[in-house]
Amino acid sequence: MATTLPSVDVVTVGVGWTGGIVAAECSKAGLKVVGLERGQKRGTEDFQAIHDEYRYAIRYDIMQNLSKETITFRNNRNMKALPMRQLGSFLLGEGLGGAGTHWNGMTYRFLPYDFQIKTLTDKHYGPNKLGPDYLLQDWGLTYDELEPYFDKFEKTTGISGDDKNPFSGKRSNPYPTGPMKMTPMLEKFEKAAKNLKLSPYMVPSANVSEVYKNPDGETINACQYCGFCERFGCEYGAKSSAEITVVPTALKTGNFDLRYNANVVEILKQGNKVTGVKYVDTVSGEEFIQPANVVVLTSYVFNNAKLLMVSKIGERYDPATGKGTLGRNYCYQILPGAVGFFDEQFNTFMGAGSLGVSLDDYNGDNFDHSDLDFIHGGNIALTQTGTRPIGSNPAPPDTPAWGPEFKKQSIYYYTRSFGIGAQGASMPHKENYLSLDSVYKDAYGLPLMQLTYNFTDQDRALHKYISARAADIMKEMGAKTVVPNAEITDYNIVPYQTTHNTGGTVMSLKPENGVVNNYLQHWDVENLFAVSAGSFAHNSGYNPTGTLGALAYRCAEGVVKYSKSGGSLV
Amino acid sequence: MSPEKDISRRDFLKTTGIAAGTLVGGGLIGGLVGYNMPGKGTATLEHGQHGTATEETGSPKAKMFFMNQRDFNILTNATERIFPEDDLGPGAKGLDVPYFIDHQLAGQYGSNSKEYMHGPFGEGAPTQGYQSRLTRAEIFKQGVQKLESEAQNRYKKSFNDLDGKQMDEILTAFQKGEVQMSGVTSALFFTLLRAATLEGAYSDPIYGGNRNMDGWRMKGFPGHQMTYITQIEDPKFQKIEPNSLGSH
Repeated sequence: MATTLPSVDVVTVGVGWTGGIVAAECSKAGLKVVGLERGQKRGTEDFQAIHDEYRYAIRYDIMQNLSKETITFRNNRNMKALPMRQLGSFLLGEGLGGAGTHWNGMTYRFLPYDFQIKTLTDKHYGPNKLGPDYLLQDWGLTYDELEPYFDKFEKTTGISGDDKNPFSGKRSNPYPTGPMKMTPMLEKFEKAAKNLKLSPYMVPSANVSEVYKNPDGETINACQYCGFCERFGCEYGAKSSAEITVVPTALKTGNFDLRYNANVVEILKQGNKVTGVKYVDTVSGEEFIQPANVVVLTSYVFNNAKLLMVSKIGERYDPATGKGTLGRNYCYQILPGAVGFFDEQFNTFMGAGSLGVSLDDYNGDNFDHSDLDFIHGGNIALTQTGTRPIGSNPAPPDTPAWGPEFKKQSIYYYTRSFGIGAQGASMPHKENYLSLDSVYKDAYGLPLMQLTYNFTDQDRALHKYISARAADIMKEMGAKTVVPNAEITDYNIVPYQTTHNTGGTVMSLKPENGVVNNYLQHWDVENLFAVSAGSFAHNSGYNPTGTLGALAYRCAEGVVKYSKSGGSLV
Repeated sequence: MSPEKDISRRDFLKTTGIAAGTLVGGGLIGGLVGYNMPGKGTATLEHGQHGTATEETGSPKAKMFFMNQRDFNILTNATERIFPEDDLGPGAKGLDVPYFIDHQLAGQYGSNSKEYMHGPFGEGAPTQGYQSRLTRAEIFKQGVQKLESEAQNRYKKSFNDLDGKQMDEILTAFQKGEVQMSGVTSALFFTLLRAATLEGAYSDPIYGGNRNMDGWRMKGFPGHQMTYITQIEDPKFQKIEPNSLGSH
């Protein structure tokens, strides 16, 4: 029998970037907020022995423990879905800060084109550029409407950058801190890009270039370029994350009650409103009901969608009929690029998660697609994130995978090779979606989330084209051997690709094609909000967190507004 | 290094018998390992003795997972073929990779305690990944025994008595999935073996491999360094003596 706790104004499910932002803004506005985090407390003081590739990058010490919960996966509806038994393709977070603790910190804003992708694509290329199987739609907010929220997130996180990107949407302010340091590798890329008449700029970075105090009074320290960002927490408090910014801000108000080991299993609903959530204390095994005036889903893409599905809120998407919006528009990213092999030696092991130079000449609709069989593109970058010896064993093509030649080549090229990578945008397709698995269960007896996903013709064409552009730059950089990334066939959940999963609980202008409105308020249930990268109607050619942070601020504003006035906010 | 420390280490070497090469314990089966003391020459030791002191910390080295010396030597020989000693430096054996793998198999890694291990178990497509009902510990145990039976089938010899070319032939057959295993493919076993070998060569020595940080030294990776802020802009390659988390 579950114990019912005293009611509060707002409960958030998950305390990472989105939960932290909602908690900070709502508690500053005087609302009583409870944050339910299913993982443990964790912060800078826990990262003193973080320079351990094996523990954190290979054995995934701060990632989700899949023995309790994972997803199932298949490439298409005709296959039997099977559990993702080990982490691979993407790295789900767990614990305070979520995946925002082990992120790299690249903090872009999606392009103005992204938010009106349907309207603008139709306008430039006619109404049927991709065909009816692709579920392109505008987001329900324009870039200009979202700009103040981008600005706010960048100020909270102290993003370091220059203002040299000619393709950027209009900015109301420069980046809060100056760009990261330039390195010999990056300089080479910048020079080659300029020679090719492209427009390089420094990657906007949440590993900040100088000590920075944000508007809430939280301090972010200066990055030391130690090379342990991605898959790690920062021992200096120099990588912006929820646990060093918005979470302490929320706690300072006295209005925020943060509970750990609290795994939400159900959103409770009565009539057309939710009344709170049920959660399990994963240490004691006890069940609790936390009543709240507003419930905000602030966990990762998969879990936000899953909680709505198991709580039977909203209509689940059916690819056979095209009906239902919950689980629709799942997108990922594709990774075009090219690897270069040099005889010159570089300090590849030094770096920072978002130390890099990138360009948007082949991103969005920044180039003409009239004669191409795809839309969109990707941000192309050379990043110096710090390569590590277990994970990085580069060898030229035709080198055996083991034995004397492998050893010799992989050691030689460890400091003489690097890749130019692109983040290829991913368009929603009617056959790529999230649903509930009918066979496999999690540790609490709930069905696992099921992912049905494969690359599409659009993806394959984009990948090939952008890989060739990356190879052009690598050649111009003077690599003696240039190897464009192999063409993609079927999506494989085994090798690491990117933790940029999106969609499933999409934001939209109308209830027919989304789960939440442009305040991230549920279309059918006015006191329920859901914000995650699941809110994205498609995935752009950038890291998602900048746009995610902006949506979280938008959502927080919605929750505060709703708490005063009630009703639908649109 | 201070003279005092040097003397005490010399005394340590004397009392443990490492320098004199007298430390020979039970189970003297198997090959010789190069025994590198930090900053010292190489002393040669018989493989397989129990309770061998590794460095001045004196932490002993012994099997935690494999039960007999033959199986441990198969693991040693197989990993050495994957990552051999050459003029750049030690191979898997000299880096203590077999001990690293043995210790990992005895713990969380071996028992797949952070992986989803509930049935039903289906074969699935390659794109769906690891679907074996077996843990890594079970796969390694069976895999090592299969390496032996494959050697017996092909050459009527123990895997440990094969020449390098013959070992490679068998490892290649595993890599290609040509050897019949139960509950797992030989290709998956080989993938795990190869990955674990690199992990043992390049993880922090606190895990028992990467002896004396020689894996890092060969590769030019400086390990645990607090900052590169004064070097990151330097146009020259920076050769930095590696540092372990254990040196705190």
